[in-house]
Amino acid sequence: MAKQGVEPDELTQPFWDAANEKRLVIQNCVDCDRLQHPPSNTCRDCDDGGQLAWKQVSGRGTIYNYGVVHDCPVRLLQEDQPFNLAVIMLDDDPGIQMYSHLPGVPVDDVPVGAAVEVIFEPSANGQLVPEWRVIDG
Amino acid sequence: MTTPTAPDAMYRNDEGLGIWEHRGKVAAVGVGHAPTSRRWDGRPETCVGAITIDALRKAIDDAGVAPDQIDGLVVVPVTTTGAFWEQGKPLPMDVIQSFNQTDDPLDGIAKLSAEWLLANMPELTNVNFTMYGPGCMSNALNVTAQAVGDGLTHTCLVVKSWHNFEGRYYQGGANAGNALPGTPAVTQLWGGPASYSTALQFAEYCRKYGKTHEMMAPFMENSRRNGLRFPEGYWAQHRPEELIPEDYLASRWIAKPANLFDNDIPIMMSGAYLFSTAERAQDMKQNPVYILNHASSNTRPRSLVPTLDEVEADTARTGRKIYEGAGITADDLSFENMYDGFSLFHQFHLEGLGYRGIKFGEALDFYQTDISIEGPNPVSPSGGNVGSGRSRVWMHTDCIQQLQGRAGARQVTGVKPEVGVSGGPMPLGGNYTVWSASPD
Repeated sequence: MAKQGVEPDELTQPFWDAANEKRLVIQNCVDCDRLQHPPSNTCRDCDDGGQLAWKQVSGRGTIYNYGVVHDCPVRLLQEDQPFNLAVIMLDDDPGIQMYSHLPGVPVDDVPVGAAVEVIFEPSANGQLVPEWRVIDG
Repeated sequence: MTTPTAPDAMYRNDEGLGIWEHRGKVAAVGVGHAPTSRRWDGRPETCVGAITIDALRKAIDDAGVAPDQIDGLVVVPVTTTGAFWEQGKPLPMDVIQSFNQTDDPLDGIAKLSAEWLLANMPELTNVNFTMYGPGCMSNALNVTAQAVGDGLTHTCLVVKSWHNFEGRYYQGGANAGNALPGTPAVTQLWGGPASYSTALQFAEYCRKYGKTHEMMAPFMENSRRNGLRFPEGYWAQHRPEELIPEDYLASRWIAKPANLFDNDIPIMMSGAYLFSTAERAQDMKQNPVYILNHASSNTRPRSLVPTLDEVEADTARTGRKIYEGAGITADDLSFENMYDGFSLFHQFHLEGLGYRGIKFGEALDFYQTDISIEGPNPVSPSGGNVGSGRSRVWMHTDCIQQLQGRAGARQVTGVKPEVGVSGGPMPLGGNYTVWSASPD
């Protein structure tokens, strides 16, 4: 599926740069050692604003939940309707979620709870974007 | 006068605050609604500013208050249903020139300021308190109740309006482009519609408790039935069609398991109320409806979408806050008007409240029983957004009218209307009001 391109900004440049190197990094608070996603300028848990860094994670996860999108607001994705839209829980911290179209998984036949691994797919402007595929077996 | 946004201190976000200090000392009296429409037709007299003035004047008249007695105005400044004035699109000068305009040419067309309203309602000569309750009416009501209780205003209008332009919901702007900035791209590249997150929570709920989407049908049918008895609502005014289970279940998916009817229909509308101190309310035209409490939730999910565990923990917490501040229990509720836009989360609100003793995982079974306005367990007697279109207002209007005994064909008859609760929007992140026919 052809996703919209990405124009990295100051906050997310490390996330997108890592994706182009086929690495998955997640923001981590150095002070409370807690991952957070989506990225933010401040730690959500440190009252006085913890110091944030980017931490490479394993790229392994589990399918937590999914829906099937039949009426998508994003024009570039509309020709692919209907499509799966799943939420992945990271093995490194199941509280951290990422979205996935689950390439290769038939529509509405999603194995909730199955193990997945990160892959990287090009978006409309060539920026690589994290995606997830089911690990066979 | 520059209108401030309500400070955090005006909301009751925490447990353990005890009985609300102004319990029973603030009242809602007047109600005003402008006619609804599906989309703006471009005329000055139907722009969002004009319909807001209409609703406000009706609320004033309904309360029987002289305009010069009003000293407060609380406004929700955001009016979009997901439709925005396209960048570069010519401004509607005929509309702009029909009003006393502020510095923002889209004020009164695609947004609403207190200054615009005061400039175009010359009869409001003594308003010296204005405040924004951003978001929706539920938010603004909490601000209004607290402001009246705190003595910042004694007779206060509160209004929420919505504009809806041509074009499909949220399909313009960045969603129509070929690239996104990096920060929104992290969450928006995958194209989930607005109801997607709620659909996921509902899917998890069904898996956990062994329920199905089909079990929503009685709730949807009941809500539309109630909405068709709401003469101020969109469906009653424009499409007086029942929603039978077969049609509901056959409708197209938006984000399965959320279908078309699980998504509320965006409309043009405006709803307004007149609040006052309980003391002043005694002399007004309608019976006062007393505010026993207001409560809020500002909880955020840990990551992208709230999990069912997060939803259930927060709705339970919200229920405890609602009851604690009002000094009541679930047994005291005559009816509930919790939010329903999207329909698939109404059961989370019900279960968090423990309405009629239902526990987590039981609401969809409860929907299979008599939940009508004629029965002992009325669910959403307003019909909510399902029954009258997107407003996040019907639930509050219904609470006021039910407790005043003037809900008309929608009046609950299976219970004596004494205490009601309304609010939302989301299970995580909302504002709630407890209403009572009596101050005690």
